[in-house]
Formats: sequence, C-alpha cells, structure tokens
Amino acid sequence: MPDTLPPDSVGLVTPQKMVFDEPLALDCGRTLPSYELVYETYGELNADRSNAVLICHALSGNHHAAGYHSLEDRKPGWWETCIGPGKPIDTDHFHVVCLNNLGGCHGSTGPMSINPETGKPYGPDFPIVTVRDWVRSQARLAERLGIEQWAAVIGGSLGGMQALQWAIDFPERLRHAVVIAAAPKLSAQNIGFNEVARQAIMSDPDFHDGHYYEHHTIPRRGLALARMLGHITYLSDEAMRAKFGRELREGKLSFGFDVEFQVESYLRYQGQSFVEKFDANTYLLMTKALDYFDPAADYDNDLARAVDRARAEFMIMSFTSDWRFAPSRSREIVKALVDSRKPVSYAEIEAHHGHDAFLMPIPDYLATFSAYMTRVREGRP
Amino acid sequence: MNTLRPELRTIADWIAPGSRVLDLGCGEGTLLAHLRQTRQVDGYGLEIDPAKIVRAIDNGINVIQSDLDVGLAEFADASFDYVIMTQTLQAVHYPDRLLEDMLRVGREGIITFPNFGHWRCRLQLLGGHMPVTASLPHTWYNTPNIHLCTLRDFEELCAEKDFHILERTVADQQHRSSLPMRLWPNLMGEVALYRLRRA
Repeated sequence: MPDTLPPDSVGLVTPQKMVFDEPLALDCGRTLPSYELVYETYGELNADRSNAVLICHALSGNHHAAGYHSLEDRKPGWWETCIGPGKPIDTDHFHVVCLNNLGGCHGSTGPMSINPETGKPYGPDFPIVTVRDWVRSQARLAERLGIEQWAAVIGGSLGGMQALQWAIDFPERLRHAVVIAAAPKLSAQNIGFNEVARQAIMSDPDFHDGHYYEHHTIPRRGLALARMLGHITYLSDEAMRAKFGRELREGKLSFGFDVEFQVESYLRYQGQSFVEKFDANTYLLMTKALDYFDPAADYDNDLARAVDRARAEFMIMSFTSDWRFAPSRSREIVKALVDSRKPVSYAEIEAHHGHDAFLMPIPDYLATFSAYMTRVREGRP
Repeated sequence: MNTLRPELRTIADWIAPGSRVLDLGCGEGTLLAHLRQTRQVDGYGLEIDPAKIVRAIDNGINVIQSDLDVGLAEFADASFDYVIMTQTLQAVHYPDRLLEDMLRVGREGIITFPNFGHWRCRLQLLGGHMPVTASLPHTWYNTPNIHLCTLRDFEELCAEKDFHILERTVADQQHRSSLPMRLWPNLMGEVALYRLRRA
C-alpha cells in the first residue's frame, strides 16, 4: 500500500459501467440480447475528441490498467509501467480508455452474470466470444463515449491481437495500431498449452461441467494448475533461472513431494492467489478466443490481404526471450504489412523476461514506445 | 555517419519522385527523411541498433529492426523501386549475397562505400600499416569494416554476378569531384557511389 500515490501514477480511479440494450450478434451464431461493459478512463478527452486511445487487455487482464482504486490497494493497475503522466501512454496528452472484455469476470457481462432468459448465472452457457466480437463491442463503447476515431488502439499479447483486428475491421476508426508481443494466430504449441489449461480446469471434480456457482464451489485445483502452466509460458528459462535457480526453501532436500524448490513455491502461490480473483469459466473463454484468433482465415489465409483494408499506421514490438509469441511471430505481422505496403515500424526489444516483458519497465522498450506515442500525439509521420 | 550528408544530393538526384525505397542500415533515418521531403518517397528503413531505431521513430521514419546479415528474405521480389545501402556494404558478413538480395527486392540498387583503393590507403599499406583515413577512421582491431574493397574489386563482382552498372560517381569526403578523380577513380576516389540493376 503506498502512503502517497506516486507522482507518475494516474492516481485514484473509479471504474464506470455502460449498459447496452441493443443485441450483439456473435461469431458463434448466438446473440447477446443485452450486456454491460465496465471500463476506466485516465486523462482528459480533448475538445475535438482526437486524443483517445483504447487499451485492450490480455488473457487475465481487465479494465483496471493503471492507478489505484483505493489507498489500501497493494498494487496499481496491470499496465502502470506504461500508462501515466510522462509514461509512454502519457495521460497528460492522451485520454485512455480500458475496458473489461465480454466474457470477463471483473464486471463486464460474462459467465458470472445473470442470464436474463433463465434468471441464473450464464456459467458454461455463456457464448464463446471471439476477438472480432470483442472489437465489435469495443466499437459500440467508442460510439457511446463519442469517440469517432481512436488516436491509437494498443495492446500486448491477446490485447495486441485485438489492436490488429481493429485495424482490419474498422479501418477508418483508428489512426495507429500498437501491437506488442502478439502473433497473427496461435501455433499448435500455443493451442496445446491452452488445451492442457482447459483440461486442468474441466477435470477438476469441483468444476461440475461449469455449473460450480450453483454448487458453491470453485474448481480451485484446476484453475490454479492452469495458471501455473500459464506462468511457465510467460517467463523465459533464463528469467526463471535468474529468479529461482534451484534454490531450496529449507536449504536441503526433504525427499518428499511437498514444496522444496523456490520455483514450486512461487508457482503454487501464483496459482492459488489467481483462484481468488479469476473465474474458471472466463479462463476457458479467454483461451478459446486466443485459439480462434486468425484474421487471415477470411482472406484465403493470406494475412497481407487481410491487413490490406487497414488504414492505420502500425507499431509492432516483440521481445527476444518471448517464446510464447516469439519475435518471429511478430515478424509475420510485419511482413504482411510490408507486403501490403502499410506504414509499419518494428522493434525487437532485448529482454530476458519472456512474454511478460511487455509489462516490465525495460528502458529500450519504454524509449521506443514513448517515441512512437509522441508520433501518435503529434499526428505526423 | 559523417559521410552521409554529402552523399544525400547525389542519391536524391538518382531517385525518381514518388518512388518506393528500402534503406538498409538507415541509422536515424536522415536519408529517408531527406528523400521523403525532396522526392516524396515512401518506404522503410532497416536498422539494428535500438538507440538509432528510437531516433528514427522520432524522425517519423518507418523503421524495421533487422539484421542485414540475415538477408532480406522477408521482402518480396521487385517490391521496391530502389534498395539503398550507404556506407554499410563493407560492414556486413555476406556483401555478395546481400547485393543479390538488394537487386532481387529492388528494381535498382544504390550502394556507397569507402574506396580501399584510394591512394592514401595504398600509401599506408606500402608503409606497412592498415590504412586509417577520414573515410576509414577505425584501427584494425576495432573496425566494423570487415569486407573492404576497391572500385575494381566491386566492379569485378558486379560483372561476375551480372549486375549492370547504371551510374558511378566517385568523390572525396566533402563530396567534391575533380578531374583526377574522373581520370583515375580507383586511385583518387575516397567514396564510391553506384547505381545498379540486374542485367
């Protein structure tokens, strides 16, 4: 808990909620009759409404990207490193909007919400949502907020995929897309990891086919396992070695299956604390949205054709030690953009943190990001 | 890149307005910014140094972090009007392969490099030392320049690879030309500028 809020933080923030009564047709063929989106904003919207940027969150993220909800908060929002006065996404200049995506578990309509048709929580009956569905719902939020065109749509990982989809689906409604540590679609290995995570959740006896709310249980073991697995893929071998090595908690081997190595302790802690703040059904949905993301699929699997519609300028960034969405995956996006003659810059940031690097204060990363956002702000190439 | 500025005018003169340009080793993007202003070109710079990439972004350049030693495999055939490489040929691992790649990706290639056949270099070698000159300011143990060549060497490679030399200019550091340079370019030229295409 900070005694005083750091000067480069957006400070105390309050989430807001927008109710949508018009139905939303989803890629899966189903329709959400109505829904709510919870979001936060930081920084002033200027008079001509031209300085708004949209932040899209990743798998386990939410609308709370920066600042603190109260002075009792132990941690600020998930992208405090990059959002705030004087930071790359400078709230002295930009009006930042970040929402919790549909299917989420932090206030927007999702599996934990009440299904108006049954009067009970959606649970596993919540429709599977895609990146395209999210972008459509975000576009509606933009309309309601009076933002005709984003200065930039920005995201890391799954968030970067949303930024790319925005540029394809609503070409006139954003000037820049900043796509960080993303991929144009998941590899078999990526999908494999997601499937193991889903199996961990679904095979937990407390899962009850997704109806665990009614049984007043949580598939704790499954969700914790899914998170532990995820965490390994977010870190690089080098980062784990640097952080934990083979350090033992008690200093010696105990010849048992309890926690012995520090890394085991860390992963168990991460898994268990995740269970308290995240919903298993949402986790399943988010991994499916990742698996299904493939904007080239509608264009004969030709990503260059898919991005041909885009009118935005692009900034693509990747991190050398990211093996979940390795630099080569970002370069696929860059190649498609070059092939279709789009304005694009690309930086491959030297970092040992693995996929999580996009959340870290890495000087080269922040400098590159800041330089690009200055360009966004000044509206030049 | 103190040799870049004087070269700008010649290179700009060679570029048709509105062209699509790829600049290999673009540094802070000085050349591309100049070409955009004077020739309304569109295109990208490739650079490997993170600090220069930040400066290039500052300068409004579309810069793509790339290692030229890996080649230009990501760029489609004939996707640019010009592929330019100033004062970098001598610092790459595979200059011959990169030249081929440049002329695959670009309709034309523009290359500049320090001439190792310049009389000052020859004189220093005659005196038993690796040359250190204004165009080649590094000592042998810390130089990034690992593939130095003379005009004659370069033109031999072009002949071997079937590259057609469309234009050649030699100049001194201040980018002045002179009669002796025109008469004995390989002896008197400090900097060589070539415009090439595949025959």
